Amino acid sequence: MSAVLDRPAPLGGPVLTKGTRALVVLAAIGVAAMIYRFAAGLGGSTALNDGYPWGLWIALDVVTGTALGCGGYAVALLVYVLNKGEFHPAVRPALLTSALGYSMAAVSIILDVGRPWLLHRVAIYVNHWNTSSALFEVALCVMTYVAVLWVEVSPSFLPAWKSGPPGLRKTLGDTFLPVIEKALPFVIALGLLLPTMHQSSLGTLMLLSGKKLHGLWSTPLLPLLFLISCLAMGYAVVVFESTLSSVAFRRPREGKMLAGLGRAVAPFLWAWAGIRLVDVAIRGKLAFFAKPDGYVLLFLVEMALVVAPAVMLASPAKRANAGNLFRAAMLMILAGALYRIDTFIVAFRPGAQYAYFPSVAEILATVGLVAIEILVYVFFVKRFPILTGAEPAHAAAASQVR
Amino acid sequence: MYLDGTSDAESLHVDVEGSNRRDFVKVALMAGAAVGLPAALSARLAEAAVKGVKPSVIWLHFQECTGCTESLLRSSHPDVAELILDLISLDYHETLFAAAGHQAEAALKKTMKDHEGKYVLVVEGAIPTKENGIYCQVGGRTAVDILNDVAGKAGAIIAIGSCASWGGIPSADPNPTGATGAPMVLKGKTVVTIPGCPANPYNLLGTVLQFATLGTLPALDEKGRPKFAYGRTIHEHCPRRAHFDAGRFVQKFGDEGHRQGWCLYKTGCKGPATHANCSVLPFAEVPDAWPIGIGHPCFGCTEQTLAFRKPLHDTVDIERPTPPDTYAPLHAPMGKVAPVATGVAGLVAGALLGAGWAASKKFGTAEEGPSKEPRKEA
Amino acid sequence: MTLDRRSLLTGAAATAAAAVAVTAGGAEGAVKTAPPDAVGLLYDTTLCIGCKTCVVACREANDKKPDTSNSNGLWDAPLDLNGQTKNVIKLYKEPGSPVRSYFKAQCMHCVDPACVGACMIGALQKREKGIVTYKKEYCSGCRYCQVACPFEIPKFEWASRAPLMVKCELCNHRLAEGKLPGCVEVCPRKAVIYGTRDALLADAKKRIADHPDRYRGYKDGDAPRVFGETDGGGTQCLVLSHVPYENLGLPALEDTSQAVLPRSIQHGVYQGMIAPIALYAVLGAVVFRNKREQDKAGGAE
Repeated sequence: MSAVLDRPAPLGGPVLTKGTRALVVLAAIGVAAMIYRFAAGLGGSTALNDGYPWGLWIALDVVTGTALGCGGYAVALLVYVLNKGEFHPAVRPALLTSALGYSMAAVSIILDVGRPWLLHRVAIYVNHWNTSSALFEVALCVMTYVAVLWVEVSPSFLPAWKSGPPGLRKTLGDTFLPVIEKALPFVIALGLLLPTMHQSSLGTLMLLSGKKLHGLWSTPLLPLLFLISCLAMGYAVVVFESTLSSVAFRRPREGKMLAGLGRAVAPFLWAWAGIRLVDVAIRGKLAFFAKPDGYVLLFLVEMALVVAPAVMLASPAKRANAGNLFRAAMLMILAGALYRIDTFIVAFRPGAQYAYFPSVAEILATVGLVAIEILVYVFFVKRFPILTGAEPAHAAAASQVR
Repeated sequence: MYLDGTSDAESLHVDVEGSNRRDFVKVALMAGAAVGLPAALSARLAEAAVKGVKPSVIWLHFQECTGCTESLLRSSHPDVAELILDLISLDYHETLFAAAGHQAEAALKKTMKDHEGKYVLVVEGAIPTKENGIYCQVGGRTAVDILNDVAGKAGAIIAIGSCASWGGIPSADPNPTGATGAPMVLKGKTVVTIPGCPANPYNLLGTVLQFATLGTLPALDEKGRPKFAYGRTIHEHCPRRAHFDAGRFVQKFGDEGHRQGWCLYKTGCKGPATHANCSVLPFAEVPDAWPIGIGHPCFGCTEQTLAFRKPLHDTVDIERPTPPDTYAPLHAPMGKVAPVATGVAGLVAGALLGAGWAASKKFGTAEEGPSKEPRKEA
Repeated sequence: MTLDRRSLLTGAAATAAAAVAVTAGGAEGAVKTAPPDAVGLLYDTTLCIGCKTCVVACREANDKKPDTSNSNGLWDAPLDLNGQTKNVIKLYKEPGSPVRSYFKAQCMHCVDPACVGACMIGALQKREKGIVTYKKEYCSGCRYCQVACPFEIPKFEWASRAPLMVKCELCNHRLAEGKLPGCVEVCPRKAVIYGTRDALLADAKKRIADHPDRYRGYKDGDAPRVFGETDGGGTQCLVLSHVPYENLGLPALEDTSQAVLPRSIQHGVYQGMIAPIALYAVLGAVVFRNKREQDKAGGAE
C-alpha cells in the first residue's frame, strides 16, 4: 500500500476529461441563456411576473445556493469553534465549495435584478441605507461574505503564485499571503459571523409579505429555521461533495470523518423538524390539517424529508455505510432546497390569478451556472492543494504543475 | 340647417335687391355662427359689409374637378349669392364668371393692380410641375407662373381642397404631371390649406370671413390647416364612436351590423388618422351627406398619406387610443405554467436525483483504498 | 477542550443575553402612525360611474402611453395596473344579481408601507405629506417591494432593458404646483376626492353615519366601515363601498402593518450592531486560540 499524504495536495491531471466535457457543453448553454436574458430583457427571457417577481433564480440559485454554500460555515464551526480537528481535511474543499456557491449566487443576482449596474449603490450610498430591510442586510452580508470566502480559500493558491515566475500573480502572492496568514483567524471568525447574520435574514425576508405567505410557512421563527436548516445543508453538502470527489478522482474515502459529520448534523435535523412542528401547533395552524390540501401535503413532504435522514443517521452502523450516508445527504439537500423553494415560491400566494413556473431560459441558466461551478471546482482541486488523501505519485506529479 | 334635418334655409335666403340692414346683420350672424365666430365678431362683419368694405377675392383654378366650387355653391350659410354679392368681392372666378377669354384675363390684371397686397387669393386644384409645368396652362401661361405671379401680391393665400393643399388626386402614383399643392410651390409663404375632397365649404367661409372682419387668419397647424376645423380626427367626433368603444364593428358590407349603423373601422375607416370636421359640420347642410353617414368608411380625403394612397379597406392605427366600453376584471390572470419548461425541469431534476440515487447504491459499506488516519484531537 | 467549550458557551450566552436585551428595546416604537400633514384620496364606489376619465387623465398627468396590448391596438384597455398604467378601473359583478361595482385601483399610500420597509436603498419612501414616492436613481430592480405589497401595487417594466418600478405617486409633481392629482381633477361625480387624511376619514365616517345601509364592511354582513382606517396599519387612500370589500379584491389585513415584524427583528437584533460585534469578539477570540493550538500541533494549513 502506498503511503497517503495527510496534507492537501493538487490532484494533477487534465481538467477536461470525458466526464467534464458534458459540463462544458452545459456551461456553454447556460452562458447563452444568460446572454439571452440581457438581450431579451427579463420579460422576454423569464416567466417572472408582477405576482411572482421572485422565481427560480432567487429561490434556487440565491437562497438555496447560498445555503448549500454553508459547508464552509458548518465545518468551520466544528473545527475552529468546537476544536474538532478530525474534520480538518474537510475545511478547504468545503470553503472552496462555499466560495463557488456564493459566487454563483452573486452572478444569479446580477442576472435577476433589473438594473444590475446600480447594485453597487446599495453598498456605497450610506445615507440611503434602509436598516429596516432584511434584504439590505442580506445584500451587504453576501457581498462581504463572497470576498471573505475567497480570502479563506486563497492560502490554497497564493503560495503557488508566490513561488511561481515573476508577474502579477507573484506580486499578489508576495503582497497578500503574509497578511492573510496573520489575519486568518479573524477572517475565519468573520466567516462565521456573516452567514449567521444573513442566512437567518433570508428567512426574515418573506415575513414582510404578511399573509401572502401560507400559514404553515409563515412564522416569526423563520429566521431561526432558516439558520438551522442551512447548517444541516452545509454538513450534507460536505458529505455529498466529499463522497463524489472521492469516487470521481479515485481518492480514498474519508468515511470516518463523514460519519462524524453525519453525527454532527443529526441534532440540527431534529431541531429543524421539532421547532417547526411545535411552532405550527402553538400558533394554531394545525387547523389546516382538518382540510388537507396541496399545501398540507407539501408540509408533510418537507417534514418527511427532514425526519428521514435523521432516522437514517441514527446509529453508528448506519453512518458507517457510505451509500446510506450519501443518500441521507441527498435527502437533506432536497429538504433544504424544497423548504426554501416553498417559502419563496410555492407557499407564496399573491392571488389566484397569478401563476409562475420558470422558463426554459431560467432553467438553462441555472444548470449552466452549476456546471461552471463544478468545472471551476475540478480546476481548483487538480491545480491547487485542496483535497487531502492524494497518492504521493499524484502529489509529486502535481507539484511539478505550476 | 339643423342637425335633426329641419332647415331655416328659406327664412335665411335674403332677397338681395330688397335687403335691409337688419337682414344683413342676420345673415352675417348666421354665417359667423356656422363657422364658429363669436356673435360680436359676426356683428362687426355685418357692419363692415354694410359699409361696403368688401375684401377682393381672386379665385384661381388649376388641376381640379371644380368639386370644391360646386361644394361651395351648395352651401347656404351664407348662400353663395350672398357671399359673392354682399360679403366679398369676387373679382376673378373662372366658373362663376360670365366673362371669358381676354375679358377675364383683363379683370384679373386689373384686380391685382387695384387691390395689390390686399386681395385674398383662393387656389383650387393642383399645380403640375413636371417639364416646367406645361401640363396646365391658362391663357398661355403655366399654372406655376400664374400662381407665383398672383400669390406674389396677395394679402392672404388660401388653398381650397386637397388638390391645392397637397396635390390631391392628380398627385396619385405615378403622378405623371408632377402635381403638387400650392404650399409646395409657394415655399416660404403662409398658405392656409383647407384640404378635403371636396373641402367642407364652411371651413373656407370661416377663414375668409375672419380675414374680412379682423384682417387675421385663424390659428393654423403645421400643415397650414385651420385648427378650428382640422384640430381633431374624425374618430374623435364621429357619430359612430360609441359603437367603436363598445366593439360593435361592421365586418362585411350588408351584414347585420352594417344595417344597424355600427362602426366601420374594420372595413378600413381612415377616421382615426384623418383630421377633418365632416362629422360635425355637414356638407350642404345634409347631416349624412358624407361617407360614414351613408355607411362607407372614411377614406381620409384630407390626408396626403391616406387619400389615393392607402387602399380603401386597409385599417389604420389609432392615434390616441382611449378606454373601451369594457372593464378590467378584478383578478386578471397573469403568468402561466409552460409545458416545455415543466418538461425540462422535470428532466433535470429527475436526472440528478436518479443518478445520485443509483450512484449511491455502488458506494457500499466498506471504504475503498487505503484508509486515512484520522487526525487526533489536540 | 472543556475550557474551550465553557468559554464558547459563556460567550454565546452573553451574546444571546445582549441580543434579547436589545430586541426588547428595539421592538418598542416599531408601530408607525400617519404624519400630521398626511394627504390621500377617498374613493366612493356608490358615486363612481366607471367612465374611466381618471384612467386617461392619469396617463396624461404621468406621461404614460396608452396600453393597447390587449386590444390589437384599438383601445387603451389595460387588464390591471402595469408598467405603463398607474390607475385602472376594475369591474365587479355580483354573481346571479344585477349588483355591480366599479373599483379604482391605485397605490394606497399606506401609513406604514411594506414596500418602504422592503426597499434596500430607500428608493421607495414616504416623503412629503406621507406620499410614497419612488426615486429611480437608487433602484436596482430587485423587486422586493412587489413581494411585500399586500395590494400588489408596484409594477415592473418587464419589457424594458433598464426596467423601473411604476406606481401611483399621488401626482405629487402636480401637488407641488398647486394642482390636484390627475384622477381627482377630472372625476365628473367626485367619486374620488383629495384632501388630508383626517378630513377624508371624517367625511367618510359621516357618509356612513348618514346612510348606513348604503355602505358595507369587509365581509358580507359586517358593519359598514371605511377601508383603510386601520387595515394594514392604515392607508392614506380610503375606500367606501356598497359591496363588501372582500368582493372588490381588497385583502384581509391585520390592524398592524406587515412591515412591523421584520423591522423589529432587524432593528432588535442588529440595534447599533451591538450583538454582531459582541458575537464577533467571542468568535474571534475562540478561533484565534483554537487555530493557534492546531497549528502548533499539526503543521498543515
